[in-house]
Amino acid sequence: MKHLTTPLTAEDLEVLRVGDRVLLSGAIYTARDAAHARLIDLLTEGRNLPFNIEGQVIYYAGPTPEKPGKVIGSAGPTTSYRMDPYTPLLIEKGLKAMIGKGLRSQEVKEAMRQYKAVYLGAVGGAAALISERIQAAELIAYEDLGAEAIRRLVVKDFPLIVVNDIYGGDLYEEGVRQYRKKAKSGREE
Amino acid sequence: MRTIKAEIITQEVARLCQEANFFLGKDVIDEFKAALEREESETGREILEQLIQNANIAGEEQVPMCQDTGFTVVFLELGQDLTVQGNLYSAIQEGVRLGYAEGYLRKSIVEHPFKRKNTGDNTPAIIHTEVVSGDRLKIIVAPKGGGSENMSQIKMLKPADGRQGVKDFVLQVVDEAGPNPCPPIVVGVGIGGTFEKAAYLAKKALLRDLNSAHHEREIAELEQELLFEINQLGIGPAGLGGTTTALGVNIEIFPCHIASLPVAVNLNCHAARHKEVIL
Repeated sequence: MKHLTTPLTAEDLEVLRVGDRVLLSGAIYTARDAAHARLIDLLTEGRNLPFNIEGQVIYYAGPTPEKPGKVIGSAGPTTSYRMDPYTPLLIEKGLKAMIGKGLRSQEVKEAMRQYKAVYLGAVGGAAALISERIQAAELIAYEDLGAEAIRRLVVKDFPLIVVNDIYGGDLYEEGVRQYRKKAKSGREE
Repeated sequence: MRTIKAEIITQEVARLCQEANFFLGKDVIDEFKAALEREESETGREILEQLIQNANIAGEEQVPMCQDTGFTVVFLELGQDLTVQGNLYSAIQEGVRLGYAEGYLRKSIVEHPFKRKNTGDNTPAIIHTEVVSGDRLKIIVAPKGGGSENMSQIKMLKPADGRQGVKDFVLQVVDEAGPNPCPPIVVGVGIGGTFEKAAYLAKKALLRDLNSAHHEREIAELEQELLFEINQLGIGPAGLGGTTTALGVNIEIFPCHIASLPVAVNLNCHAARHKEVIL
């Protein structure tokens, strides 16, 4: 088990390998489809992002509203591929890790290798369990997007698994290969 | 003629929206436990344990098991001898509005496919109505998550493709989906009818208990065969590799046109949510 604290450095990522368990602590930022589209618009217009992306971690998540007295509602990962069109530019600008679930595009994997970033998997659907590791949540941009707004979360020991490391490894490919007993698929073609 | 007040329907729908999101069905939890015994991957077993733990927390604290509290899909079986005092569909929409507010559920619906402004109350719900004999109203509320819905597919096969063609397509859909729909998944398959009927049947198939089997023996066998072969794909819990890719395969069939063999595959994440009431 490896412990990581944000913001992340290149050295932090050098020791990570596909399949490693990670406990992540510190500030991370939620962003989904609509927020990503706005972030990219800002960058193409040459304007500043609502947070400094250098060394940061984006969590693909849109939590449920918090019950009274709670920090946040349920907050599991959403499917990552929808953010693929926006991701390489964010990685180029200094984004060091993404938390989500599901497959990434070749372009994203290439950007992760070139600019040294990792993709960390959270367990999809374990939203109530994950919420217990979130200590603070603050809405920092795009309130009009509701669940899709950008929130700054402070997490403590968020359990993650390294899906893509900076060396080009891919846990989804490796894991499935290990347990596949059937040679039949669209993905192998 | 028996009558029922629209307000009662609203209250019941509001309750079902919340209960569906807080309390995972016993059939799903039983399948998690059974899979835990069989799963070959250690990581896979850890994930199954987390999913059981997650379901327990959600139930005990009455919080949503998943942050995606879904597009609210409502199935009605309306007895033709029942009269609703007030507007039935408005009562259901109001119930969704109320349930998603009261339960602190996420509002995930945008009002236009391109403009994409959130409606703010998770309406409109999608309502499927079947008129049946009798004077009762059965309401099933099935919140459907976007991640698994996005991985669903439909194909108009040739009659010559037959049973094998159907199997190949179902396996292809599950395989292409990989980790995206939050495996272990439930696979709803609609075979026959027209384009839209097949899709409806696939969705409806997801409502059946995981331990149930189709009443026709050949179809029940196909369900078992598909489940076995899906679990040989290696995708596993969370898609990280393993022998538990699906918890169940439910098939519904319908007569076809002489030219057609439609097949729809509706994937559901492990949060296979549905709650019902008979009024």
